[in-house]
Amino acid sequence: MKRMKKTWPFHVMLLPAVICLFLFSYLPMGGIIMAFQNYKPWLGLSGSEWVGLDNFRYLFERQDSMQVILNTLVIAVLKIVFNLLIPFGFAILLNEVRKTAVKGTIQTLVYLPHFLSWVILGGILIEMLAVDGFANRILGMFGVDPIFFLGDNNWFRFTVIISDVWKEFGYNTIVFLAALAGVNPTLYEAAEMDGASRFRQTLHITIPSMLPITVVVGTLALGNVLNAGFDQIFNLYNPLVYEKGDIIDTFVYRTAIINGEMGFGTAIGLFKSVISMILILVSYRMAYKWAGYRIF
Amino acid sequence: MYYKSLGYRVFNVFNIGFLIFLAVLCIVPLIHVLAISFSSKAAADASLVGLWPVEFSIEAYKKTMNNPAFLRSILISVARTVLGTAVTLAVTFLAAYPLSKDNSVFRSRSFYSWLFVFSMIFNGGLVPFYIVIQKLGLINSFWVLVLPATVNTFLVILMLNFFRGIPKELEEAALIDGAGHFKTLFRIYLPVSLPSIATIALFSMVFHWNSWFDGLLYLNDSRDFPLATFLQTVIIQRDMSSMSMSPQEMELISQTTVNAAQIFIGALPILLVYPFLQRFFVKGMTLGSVKE
Repeated sequence: MKRMKKTWPFHVMLLPAVICLFLFSYLPMGGIIMAFQNYKPWLGLSGSEWVGLDNFRYLFERQDSMQVILNTLVIAVLKIVFNLLIPFGFAILLNEVRKTAVKGTIQTLVYLPHFLSWVILGGILIEMLAVDGFANRILGMFGVDPIFFLGDNNWFRFTVIISDVWKEFGYNTIVFLAALAGVNPTLYEAAEMDGASRFRQTLHITIPSMLPITVVVGTLALGNVLNAGFDQIFNLYNPLVYEKGDIIDTFVYRTAIINGEMGFGTAIGLFKSVISMILILVSYRMAYKWAGYRIF
Repeated sequence: MYYKSLGYRVFNVFNIGFLIFLAVLCIVPLIHVLAISFSSKAAADASLVGLWPVEFSIEAYKKTMNNPAFLRSILISVARTVLGTAVTLAVTFLAAYPLSKDNSVFRSRSFYSWLFVFSMIFNGGLVPFYIVIQKLGLINSFWVLVLPATVNTFLVILMLNFFRGIPKELEEAALIDGAGHFKTLFRIYLPVSLPSIATIALFSMVFHWNSWFDGLLYLNDSRDFPLATFLQTVIIQRDMSSMSMSPQEMELISQTTVNAAQIFIGALPILLVYPFLQRFFVKGMTLGSVKE
């Protein structure tokens, strides 16, 4: 029994993970002091000039950075909304398919794009959405003039949101299907006895049983309000659409890594991290309160 | 029964038709790129290819497979995937065991839990991370592709929730028989947790195979790039320097068909493990979402 009380093996087991966390999560957090410096790589953290909140003031004064924040919000919020609504509807429709083979095949196909990287999908989309590409040839059959999906500021956000929903809606359906699988079949039987049509059953049984998980998913998505999807944008955008398509993460990459404005880049990154953290904490609190959701 | 009524039958036909349409839409781009990769240069350049190869040709694959830069990047991707997955599995497996204990058994548990969770909800951002990688001497090193991704809190949670489902009696019996925690973990827990280890391995493999940004950011020499980064620079950024093509070859093979072939080869490993993935990821995805 003595062995059970000893906890040193626990600490040993956690050591490798804790070292990794320290090096790659906590050590970088120390670097956020760069946000308050005019950081020069050759001067280092201790030698660089302190500038207080100048980087943050600069962030709100520069027109391009404000535009980038706006772009991020618009793209991220629209993605959140459609990535919730479309899987919700898709799950209801899929739930009506009674042949398991058909249902399984559909599921297999719609989950697939989630696992491919944006490099692969970006390569395919750049080819397909070109002015003389496959998509425009099909639209041409219906008499639509060629659209420059990835090079036109009026179309870029639309393209980004649609392609993201295309990639993720199948995968996002899983949680809803899981909720539907848990519905007590006797509810439907009782409704049937009472003469309720399938439409009414959907309205009064299927949809209400999906609401708790919808609240959880929707609330937790709050943490992504400043996450417009770096991988996707970076692989789809080009200088023609910076105006409407540039987001915080791609902006940080270009200002800090390409142009070398390290202090300013850190400041924008910190701005995003802090707001995201607050949103995540609030959303988990709400999800716990409303739906009893706990992650850990 | 409702599904025997005429109205519902009509709905059912339209519904299935619509869902199949959506499902096909999900793979049409892949089929299109596959068709281009097997088409002739002329057909691809004239944008004649739809969902079936025009003037069938395997020139693009021949060219791709003869490009040493491409083959090299595949080797690097395989190496990072194998090593990265192995390291992640070992570290995750070890860390999840103590975290699956009750607070009363392991008092420091909540401290460690917070350490993991906080790393998930807050980060220092791209620039400080870059500086740390630099100070650790990992710039231009192969290990930058493996080490930073070792701990993924999501995978640790997946593993520890699985451990919690193992009957306590198993562990108690082992401990009473004189086994220590390490012995219990490897002799008792390891054999019964193979399904969840497989899940974590698959998640980790897909992550490593698909990762491209770390290579782009921390490796300066394109010869060190893993496949995903190589594809990013060649296909998305249109960097021709690593294509090693003579003008005569350019005549013969269109960039479009070679790109398509490279894209397809890049996606192939994911397509191959996909049947296994599908079996496991539903478990991972729904985990924690519908709980007491």
